[in-house]
Amino acid sequence: MLSPQFKALYKKEFQSFFKTPLGYVFLVIFLFGLGYMAFEPGRGSFFLLREASLRAFFDYIPWMFIFLVPAVSMKLWADERKRGTVELLFSMPITVKVAVLAKFFAAWTFVALALSLTFPMIITVLILGRPDLKIIFLGYASSMLLAGAMLSVGGFFSAMTKNQVVSFILTVATCFVLLMADSPPVLELVGTFAPKYVLNIFESLSLQGHFESMGKGVIRLSDLCYFSIMIGFWSFSSIVLLNENKSE
Amino acid sequence: MACMKYNRPEENKEVRLITVESLSKSFDDFSAVKEVSFQVGKGQVLGLLGPNGAGKSTTMRMLTGFIHPTSGNATICGYSILHEKELAQAHIGYVPENAPLYDDMDVREFLEFIYDLRGLASEQKKNRVQEILKLCVIEEVELQKIETLSKGYKRRVSLAQALIHNPDVLILDEPTDGLDPNQKHEVRKVIKNLSKEKTIVISTHILEEVDAVCDRAIIMSHGRICFDGTPAALKAQSPTGKLDDIFRTITQRQEALC
Repeated sequence: MLSPQFKALYKKEFQSFFKTPLGYVFLVIFLFGLGYMAFEPGRGSFFLLREASLRAFFDYIPWMFIFLVPAVSMKLWADERKRGTVELLFSMPITVKVAVLAKFFAAWTFVALALSLTFPMIITVLILGRPDLKIIFLGYASSMLLAGAMLSVGGFFSAMTKNQVVSFILTVATCFVLLMADSPPVLELVGTFAPKYVLNIFESLSLQGHFESMGKGVIRLSDLCYFSIMIGFWSFSSIVLLNENKSE
Repeated sequence: MACMKYNRPEENKEVRLITVESLSKSFDDFSAVKEVSFQVGKGQVLGLLGPNGAGKSTTMRMLTGFIHPTSGNATICGYSILHEKELAQAHIGYVPENAPLYDDMDVREFLEFIYDLRGLASEQKKNRVQEILKLCVIEEVELQKIETLSKGYKRRVSLAQALIHNPDVLILDEPTDGLDPNQKHEVRKVIKNLSKEKTIVISTHILEEVDAVCDRAIIMSHGRICFDGTPAALKAQSPTGKLDDIFRTITQRQEALC
């Protein structure tokens, strides 16, 4: 049973995306950008693939998310602390844990809304051929998990600083490293100073790797565990951090 | 309809609505509040006075559960701020310093949000919000965005959010700071009206306020209490009969001791 505090804060946070231009700008850029990239007449685009799938579309999801998701998460706590409303919030009978979760789920719901508005893509491939709906469904599920992981990273950095821009930059940088953790340049760099087993751990931390493996239509327990641990770890860290610094 | 939804087990818990026992708070190596103890009875209006940085806000933040004391304890309506924080918070209405509000909401929406956040019964929401709008004289701006309001209105909206659950205890951190004389008068009028049925703690560094609304004054300096008594007793200590002079004497004496 969800507490009334969770429901009230969740609702307020979700609605707040539409009180400023942020929500609309996000939706327009996300939908236009993703649509353009999936259909742009370059390599790997929808038309060149000549198959009824959303592969071209899902390939670009991480690169849209890396700029847009931190923009959603940057204000979660930084704004409250800067304006002093954090003091108002925590003089109410609400725990830091409930508040962190309510804000996280509100932001996650907003990204879910953005993803659900890409439904014309599904209609397009349904008209053009017979796509594998299971793969499409898993593509969306893995996109949601990726967004969840990035939002929890963003929530943490938003709790760390009062400055939204700093929170944005730190989140983009961290998400970039996490996305690219299994790519040769990053591994080579880490390999210059770290032993082999650290390299293996680093490789297994890659957001991109887990995102792609699920998008291929395979549900692996390790991928699900990975995303749950990522979201859990960063959210827990936000709670610890806020307990320490909310009054500063 | 005092404390609408929350259980209050024993009546005798309510006589002393606020008890503070050796409350201390240190930030790294700076101690902001040192072993402060006092009690506030039902219906009292306590003025917490002191120069800037005396530890008034820190004391209030501990009472409202926003920050955790380094040592000591306090109870609100019998509930410890350490062990029953949420129950204690349910009995407090709090106006933080500078009255921060969610600027992008309109007044009614904001008050409804606070009502929900307090976990109160949703059937009475509309009525209660209407009552509060009237009580704080903010009916005419109920659909206005908070960021467009004047300071005086913002302060009254902040008072309204503190009163929405009809708490027994009100904690107001410099409620009239930065307002013009007319706005100050308006806010004081609201506080004066409330003082008939609520226990109120007001922090201020404006001494006229003590005369205007308080029936007891505590002067704090360097984290310690250096006077506790009625405003009349405070005045009586002053050779000139002015609050300003005795305030300066007491706080400077404390400063010399530190």
